[in-house]
Formats: sequence, structure tokens, C-alpha cells
Amino acid sequence: MNRRQLLRFAASVPLACRSSLLWAAPQAGTRFMLVFLRGGLDTQHLLVPFGSDFYYRARPNIAISRPGQDDHSVIGLDSYWGLHPAVLESLVPMYLRKQLVLVPFAGTDDDSRSHFETQDSIELGQPPTGSRDFQSGFMNRLAQRLSASQPIAFTDQVPLSMRGKREVSNIALRSIGKPAVDARQSALIAGMYSNTKLAAAVNDGFGVRQEVMKNLADEMSDSARGAVAAKGFEAEARRIGHLLSEEFNLAFLDVGGWDTHVGQGAATGYLANRLDELGKGLAALADEMGPRWNDTVVVVISEFGRTFRENGNRGTDHGHGTTYLVLGGRVRGGRLAGDQQRIEESTLHQNRDIPVLNEYRAVLGALFARLYGLNATDLAGIFPDARPKDIGLV
Amino acid sequence: MAHRLTRPVARLLAGMALISLASGCSSASPTAPAIAQAPAPQSIPRPPAPPPAPAPQSPAPVGTLDQYALLDRVSWGATTSSMQAIRSEGPQRWLQEQLHPMGDGLLPQAVAQQIAALSIESTPMPQRVIALEQRRRDVDKIADEEARKSARKTYQDEMNGIARETATRMLLRALYSPNQLQEQMTWFWFNHFNVFQHKNDERLMLADYEQTLRVHALGHFRDLLGAVVRHPAMLVYLDNAQNAANHVNENFARELMELHTLGVDAGYTQHDVQELARVLTGFGVDRNDPATTPPPKFGRPDRAAQYTRRGLYEFNPHRHDYDDKQVLGVTIHGAGPAELDRVIDLLSRHPATARHISRKLAQFFVSDDPPQPLVDRMAERFQRTDGDIAAVLQAMFESPEFAASLRTRYKDPVHYVVSAVRLAYDEKAILNAGPMINWLNRLGEAPYNRQTPDGYPLAESAWTGPGQMTTRFEIAKAIGSGAAGLFKSDGPAPTERPAFPQLSNALYFEAIQQKLALTTRQALDQAASPQEWNMLLLSAPEFMVH
Repeated sequence: MNRRQLLRFAASVPLACRSSLLWAAPQAGTRFMLVFLRGGLDTQHLLVPFGSDFYYRARPNIAISRPGQDDHSVIGLDSYWGLHPAVLESLVPMYLRKQLVLVPFAGTDDDSRSHFETQDSIELGQPPTGSRDFQSGFMNRLAQRLSASQPIAFTDQVPLSMRGKREVSNIALRSIGKPAVDARQSALIAGMYSNTKLAAAVNDGFGVRQEVMKNLADEMSDSARGAVAAKGFEAEARRIGHLLSEEFNLAFLDVGGWDTHVGQGAATGYLANRLDELGKGLAALADEMGPRWNDTVVVVISEFGRTFRENGNRGTDHGHGTTYLVLGGRVRGGRLAGDQQRIEESTLHQNRDIPVLNEYRAVLGALFARLYGLNATDLAGIFPDARPKDIGLV
Repeated sequence: MAHRLTRPVARLLAGMALISLASGCSSASPTAPAIAQAPAPQSIPRPPAPPPAPAPQSPAPVGTLDQYALLDRVSWGATTSSMQAIRSEGPQRWLQEQLHPMGDGLLPQAVAQQIAALSIESTPMPQRVIALEQRRRDVDKIADEEARKSARKTYQDEMNGIARETATRMLLRALYSPNQLQEQMTWFWFNHFNVFQHKNDERLMLADYEQTLRVHALGHFRDLLGAVVRHPAMLVYLDNAQNAANHVNENFARELMELHTLGVDAGYTQHDVQELARVLTGFGVDRNDPATTPPPKFGRPDRAAQYTRRGLYEFNPHRHDYDDKQVLGVTIHGAGPAELDRVIDLLSRHPATARHISRKLAQFFVSDDPPQPLVDRMAERFQRTDGDIAAVLQAMFESPEFAASLRTRYKDPVHYVVSAVRLAYDEKAILNAGPMINWLNRLGEAPYNRQTPDGYPLAESAWTGPGQMTTRFEIAKAIGSGAAGLFKSDGPAPTERPAFPQLSNALYFEAIQQKLALTTRQALDQAASPQEWNMLLLSAPEFMVH
């Protein structure tokens, strides 16, 4: 697909998707969701620097071919960057509708290349030096500063980023069932916890569960009218989209399975399948949110990128710089944002990884300031010692 | 509640009689042999008397501890029968037997039979892996797409069945083995040296891996590490099976230092990771049948002599980097298999490893952020005993910090589920561990299901979220109602022999009841049925801690 074809394709897309239309909905408050891809997404596989000859030398077995050669080629966005063909029908249309910004060279100052160290430091969002407080994640600090925040984690456990002074509920939506404990029993149990430090967690748990079930019951009867039931991550994303429209405005979701040391594939294969799932899920989320998508910003991150060169097993090892995805109805999309540079052997970080030019606390801080009109004091409370760097995401 | 008191009271009286008899005996002399007990016919020989414990730092408090609380922490959860055991033997001797278990532990016959009937007990792991690998290759060659799909599903189902058998064995042992500490430590080490069931054919290797960990669970850390590093389950999981000279894969090298031994802040560098990865080249896994696959050919006889194949484990000199390496400032001369022993020595005896392992043990058994003096004493014991795990644990169990932590440690999901079923079905072996596996799935801590090598978190805060609490209450209801499926047979025509959970038992009246808060007792008093009373007890804040 060349650029002209792309534009033609773009023109045909909006009719097919209701979330593409500009809805005249009342402003009902901003919604923000952080999607954490745990394991270290190989972002060169998603956002491909096909303009770099070095890319093709560094990845003799797993590179994606330059745009326009066949169905397995990169979908060119400009003369240098393109998206993996697996997201042709999901993220590419969003990019063309200007609802997706890509931020390459993003990441953290953490150079440990450890999944766990880096995930923790990102979720805590505390200054890189000094002791860490594991009971204070940056999403929780954000929730504390927004007067009408309704935070939620769509995970099995409350993630580090959502832990802190504000009690945050969690509920995994991969599969859902009816609550087994009835109202009277819930009250008896809550009574047992009334004087304990778990009282808030217990009450919130019962409350959220009730709300979610009520909401999803409506949704399920709605979508039963002719809609094909989605599966897997797409189904989960639709449930989340529904709840973000109705109930919650600050959310966290994580998706695992990105640690591709071996046999990650190229245009097809393991990672292509995961990208396909991810893209379809994000598109389904936007679709499900309808008019609310215009008030929503979703940021997709991973703890680090991977080695620019492929390893001996047609995979990639832990690296440094990564690419963030920022999506939403009103993001300044259809482009790449933040500082960039050409990727050559000489510009690699420690001669192996993508360098970090857009530090995440600086970038997210500036985004929050714009989204919520936060002042410097608020911002310092969320990301202490970080200098906001506005790269014009919204 | 009057309607339901008759049976518990009868049980209580029976239990109390035994307990008072036992405690009277043990208090006579802490070193006296346990109350005379006719050894069961299948009994293994008594262990030689454990060596006298080295003098603890402070007056030996184990004998003075709340015995219920000690038992509840050292085991997978207190039960009436284990309470009788600690009472009759005395806590000192009971703890020594836990630290130095002999043999495989006398499982109740009904449990031993269930485990013996599992195919993982009769088919050796290498044989199974080789057979299924051949099957996988054959399946890939099936031309008809539908037939291939169906054959693939059969292959996957078989692997899932093996993993389920392994989880069943683990849970049955946690529920009913008298060697409770060994079982806890087996879980601890599995989590420390975590592997994930859904990577390749890992499911077929879990049972053997877990048994390897069980054997070394209370032994020397050096031996444990040596066994893990050469086990196919680990070599496959952290991709070392793919790590070869000029095709280096760093995955195992990094986690070996960061998670398994030194800890992330120990000061090693990216260069150390790369060098260790080179040491690890050539140590891998061969799934070909050795009977039909000749060993590789080598031009040099010394290399041919180094080629090793044991089960699935392989050292292949063709894939090994024989240049010298620098690991943590030490030169490792290119020598083949001896290099690995050299770095295992280096890593297992490094002071950072003593600190890292001690701290993690204290996190598991004492608190999220264990007091530094305790960790220091454990690390000191670790180094002085060349990593004797039982000795390190003993130093911890005899510490005032441990004593102070009793009845306050919040249970993670595995402790919650296992302790609940132990309390409910102490004397009646469950017939189906499937529901327990499902509950652990819902609570986010299913066996062998942690995808990342860091293992499940040990911190309380990982398991106190609102979603976790609601799910626990639902599981409490399932267990309390008595029809949770724990006595349902597998297969196409399942039969169920439900057994009502005995929660209001001797142990409850003797050790749990007095410690319940007023709010908990008030809730229990409002129970409308025995089922609901059970649910409330298992939901109570007091049951969430040990």
C-alpha cells in the first residue's frame, strides 16, 4: 500500500466506524486510561523505521519489508516510519482519523533492563534517586488530585501505579459471572471488617462488583441484538469501554506476553498475532465508547523497548527506548510526536538499544496538565522533581 | 445457633481430651521422646536425633510460642490433627522434624493412593517429553487441516492434563503431608525459581522440576541452585536451550543474577550479564530419543568427552563458547561444563546472595519488610553454614522478630485456599483438587501460572485489593456450603460424595474462637444456617492472617 492508496483507504474508513464521527455530546469530563504492555514490547516491530538501512542490516530475519511490496509490507506513515501490517485494520484507520499519536524514543532513565525494576519504577513514578514508597503509585496520586475521579483497575490485583492513599478498586473483566454472596451476607461480612484496615477494600469490592454487574447486564442485552460476540481481549476491551463510558474515568489495564526472546516472527508469527489482538482491542474500545471517545485519552506503554538488533534466536532481548501510543477522539493524532532522531549504529544507546529522548514522567506530566488543567504544584505532587515536557499530544 | 451446637460440642470434647493429654506429656520435659505412639506399619525408620540447635541469639522462644500460631505459620494452616502433633511432640521437637524431614512423609493412605495413581508418578519425564515431541512433529505433518487441528487439540489437552495432575499432587501434599514446612518451601522455591506452564512443553516438565525442588528444599542452597540451573524446565523457560556461541541469549544470565542469586542491587553490570550468558552457552535440552539419535560428532576427543546427555539435559561443546570470560571480576577459563560449576559456586556463595535469599525467606515467613537485624543474622547463618537452608530458617524461627509477627501475616491466595480446605477437611481427604485450582486462578495465584520469572509477589499489598476480597468471600461461600466439587470424581459421568466441612471443630473451639473480635462473633451469631456460619468464619478478618 503506498501513500496514495493509504489516503483512499482513509477516506473509506470513517463510514464503517461509529466512533469516527464527531459526536455532539456534552462534555462529561475527561477519561484517562493507562494500558501497560508487560514484558517489553518490541516497538520496532510495531512502529517500523523502514527508512533506516541499518534496520534491515540489524534484523536480517525478522524485519518487515519496505512499504508497497506486498500484503506483508510495512504500512508507510511517512518516508521513514510505518506500522506493522497486522494493525492495518485497527490502528492504521485510527491514525488516519487523527486519533492516534505515536511517541517514539520514549521511556525511562532506568537502565537496569530488568522487567520488574523498570515496571515498578514506571508505576511508582517517583524520582529516580532516593528510596521508593511502594504504597504510592502515580495514577493514585493523580486520582487524589482530581476532584471527581472514579478510578478503577481492570486487573486481578490492584497494580502498583494505582496503590496509595486513595482506595482504588479492581475487577478483572476477562470473564464475568454473577456474584455469589448476597446483599445480607455482604453486610454481615462488611460488619466483620468495620474496624480493620481492610474495611475500605471490602466495601469498595462489594460496591464495584454490584455496579459492574448491573452495567454489564445492560450492555450484554444491548449487544445481543445482532452483534457478533467478540472474544478474548477484544471482548474485554468492549466491557472496559462500556464501563469507562458509564462509571469510571481513570483506569488501568495491563496486557502480558510481550517478552519475545525467541522466534518473534516478522510480518506474521507470534508478535504479529499479539499486535493484531492489541489493535483490535483498542479499536473495539474506541467503538464501544461512542461519543465518550471524544473525551477519552488512552496511553499505551511498555517498560522498555528491545534490542535494535535481533538476537541469535530470531527474537530480541531487553532494551531501553520504546514507543508510546496515545489514542483518543481529540488527541492531535495522525503524526509522530516528541524528539526524534535517525536510527543508525552510531545513535544507538550503548550500541544496542533505542535511546530515550522523551522521558515518560515529563511527557505524561505535561499531558495531565493539559487534560486536567493542573498547575505546577499539582503536577509536582504527581511526578515529583519532573519537568513537564509538552509535546502537544492533545 | 443452638440447633448446630450438639455435634461440635461432642467433637470438641473428644478433641480436648487428646489435646490435654498430649500437652501434659510434652510439658514434662522438652527433650523427652514424644508421647508413645505405635508406629504405623508402613512407618519409615525414625530419623536420627537432630543435631542440637546452636545457641540462639536470645533465649530460645520456640517453646514459649503460642503453639497454634507457630503451627499456623510454619504449616499450610493449622488443623486439629496437626495441633495434636505439635502438642504431643512439643514445639521444639516438632520444629526440628519439620526442618529435617526424613523420607517422603507419611501421607494418609487415601492421599497416597490418589497420588500413586497419577501418570506423572509412573512415567519418567524424559520419556514423556520425547514421546510427545515426536507426536507434535507427526501432527504437523498431517495434510488434512481439520484432522491436524483435532490432533493438535488432543496434544494440547494431554499437556494440560499433565499440568493439572502436577497441581493436584502439589495441593494434596500441601493439604495432607506431615512434612508441612518442606511443602511450603517447595512452593517457595518454585516461586523463587519460577517457570511458566504455558511456555512450549513446560507442562510436561513441571512434576519433575517440582520434585527436584522438594528434594533440595531444606538442603544446601548450592545444591538447589545446581539442580535448577541444569533442569530442562528452567533451561527451556529462560531460553537457555537456545543460548549458543555466537547466538547468545541473555535471558537466563540476567535472571540468574537478578532474581535467583545476587539480587538487582548487588552491583553487577550489563557486562557481567553478557559474560555469564557466554558461560551458559551450550547448556540446553535435547528432545530427540537418545536410543535412535547418535551423539554429535566432534573432531577433538576432549570435546567429545565433554558432550553430556542426561535425560533431556544436554551439554553440547559445539554450542559452547570456549573463550575465557570475566564474571564479577573473576576470570572463568574456557573449560566447558566445569565453568558452570565455577559460576554456581561463585553466585551461591556470594555475600549478596546470602542477603538476598535471607531477606526473601523473611518476607515469606515474617513480614513484607523484614527487620534488617533479622535479615543480617539469617545472612550470617547462611554464610557460616555454606547456605544450609534449614539452619537459616531455624535462625529465623527462633528470633524474637518471628515471634512478634505471629497471627499478623496476611495470607496470600495459596495460603488462604489451602488453609481453608485443611481446616474443613483435615480428616477426610478431598477427591478432586480441580475446584482449588479454579479458585487460585480466580485469585490470581494459580499453580505454575506466573508468566514472568519474578514469581508471585510476596507483599501483602499485592493481595488486599477490593476485587481480591470479594473473590475470597465467594470462595469462602463455596467451601462453606459443602458442595464445592472437592468430592466430585472426574470423567464423563462424575459422581459426587459431598462431605460437610467441619469448621466448628476442636481446633476452632480450642484455639480460634477466643481470638475472634467482637464484630466477628456478632456476625457469626447472625448466621442463618451452618453453611452461612462456615462462609462467615472463612471470610473473617482473623482467618485472612496467620
